[in-house]
Amino acid sequence: MAEKLVSRGFTGKRRQPERAGRVPPGQYLVNNFPVLSAGPTPRIRTEQWSFTIDGLVRQPVTWTWTQFLELPSKEYAVDISCVTKWTQLDMKWKAVGVDTLLEAVELDAKAAFITAHSYGGYTTNLAIPDIVNDQAFIAYEYDGKPLAPEHGGPARLVVPHLYFWKSAKWVHGFRIEERERLGFWESLGYHRRGDPWKEERYSGD
Amino acid sequence: MAKPLTWQSATVEAIHPETARAKTFTFELPDWIPHRAGQHYDLRLTAPDGYQAERSYSIGSEPERQGVIDLTVERIDDGEVSPYMHDVVAVGDRLELRGPIGGYFVWDIELGGPLLLVGGGSGVVPLMAMIRHRAALKSPVPTSLLYSSRSADDVIYAGELERLGAQHDGLEVVHTFTRQQPAGWAGYQRRIDRTMLSEVSGPLGKTLRAYVCGPTILVELVANSLLDLGIAASQIRTERFGPTGT
Ligand SMILES: Cc1cc2nc3c(=O)[nH]c(=O)nc-3n(C[C@H](O)[C@H](O)[C@H](O)COP(=O)(O)OP(=O)(O)OC[C@H]3O[C@@H](n4cnc5c(N)ncnc54)[C@H](O)[C@@H]3O)c2cc1C
Repeated sequence: MAEKLVSRGFTGKRRQPERAGRVPPGQYLVNNFPVLSAGPTPRIRTEQWSFTIDGLVRQPVTWTWTQFLELPSKEYAVDISCVTKWTQLDMKWKAVGVDTLLEAVELDAKAAFITAHSYGGYTTNLAIPDIVNDQAFIAYEYDGKPLAPEHGGPARLVVPHLYFWKSAKWVHGFRIEERERLGFWESLGYHRRGDPWKEERYSGD
Repeated sequence: MAKPLTWQSATVEAIHPETARAKTFTFELPDWIPHRAGQHYDLRLTAPDGYQAERSYSIGSEPERQGVIDLTVERIDDGEVSPYMHDVVAVGDRLELRGPIGGYFVWDIELGGPLLLVGGGSGVVPLMAMIRHRAALKSPVPTSLLYSSRSADDVIYAGELERLGAQHDGLEVVHTFTRQQPAGWAGYQRRIDRTMLSEVSGPLGKTLRAYVCGPTILVELVANSLLDLGIAASQIRTERFGPTGT
């Protein structure tokens, strides 16, 4: 629809207009951290937790929780947009960069996509160029505290430049793939990439 | 779903107050697309200078009701969109909608049951679409709705739920009133807890399908309790109405 239909009598609240430049189209700012997921929250004890990279790699690699915490970590402050319309600015995480993890494996020349998979069965597809060069990380602390289970703890993937469903909670590993395999929401009609600035919400957007 | 969802200019055909804080808007859509019970539409408002606000609203009506959809909006007093819907929108107004959206928090009679529906506040809206779908097709699937409201005056779809529950066709409607109870009320009067869920879900057995919708704390508590009660995680589908965790 090229022409915009003006809603009679609507002016809007426009909270915090000075930050509007950081809010993608169709989104609005919140100051709390909402929870969204499709089913019950899995409870994973850190003693049982592990993270594996397999698929198109020369040698799969697995980290236990203790080994994971020994990897070099970084503090990130990033803006997050969820397809349910909220955007929160400067969310603070402690995390291991995906770059650090990928250094531990040798990728096959055909590797082009990953499937991030989680405890509880959730999956999401990502193109490798979307998760390298410090664009994605696996977080285990939020706002100075261990990541709560409802927010994806013990650890979740965070890909701030894509809608938040790409940031798989309770992440358990990456499978490296040649072709894109649609994940959970992507096969239910959501967009395969999910760039909030292009409003890639649903397949076909 | 390769076909892109496009914004449609929908006309408000009727407005019906459900409670002091919830209103149902019936929209006529130029391109009505059959939905599945549990799905939602996105609503987009535009100010004269181009500023826009978008929110999601669950479809309350059943897919058998063609040409129109019902959205039920609860008024969040300091919100941006819901007070506009309550205070400004009138019959005949045109608003932009696109949908139906969502492919997981859905139920149709082919999926079968037994069905446990648990809702708090406006979380009952998508569950009502399931109940209406079941009723429209005269499905015998054993179904229990456990519905938490502050008081009897806050019950959305109260009359219709009472009528459907009285038909004894396998639908049980169970209310809990957390703040204020009607005189002589003998039912539940506390927040939903594991004991209550065990009592309401017991007759449905362990193979039930559960749909849980409402504020985050209710959804978390109900989903965890159902796991404790031995319901498989794959049988529990949840929908949380952000953004506030009240
Ligand atoms: C899939 C889905 C289905 C839904 N279905 C329904 C439904 O059927 N019925 C229904 O009523 N709702 C439903 N919702 C919720 C709905 O989308 C809106 O969130 C709700 O109507 C509130 O919108 P609002 O614009 O009125 O309030 P908002 O303006 O979004 O405000 C909500 C609260 O957040 C606070 N807030 C917002 N921004 C800020 C800020 N920058 N700083 C401080 N505080 C802030 C406000 O003060 C207020 O308390 C659904 C949500 C989802 C995700």
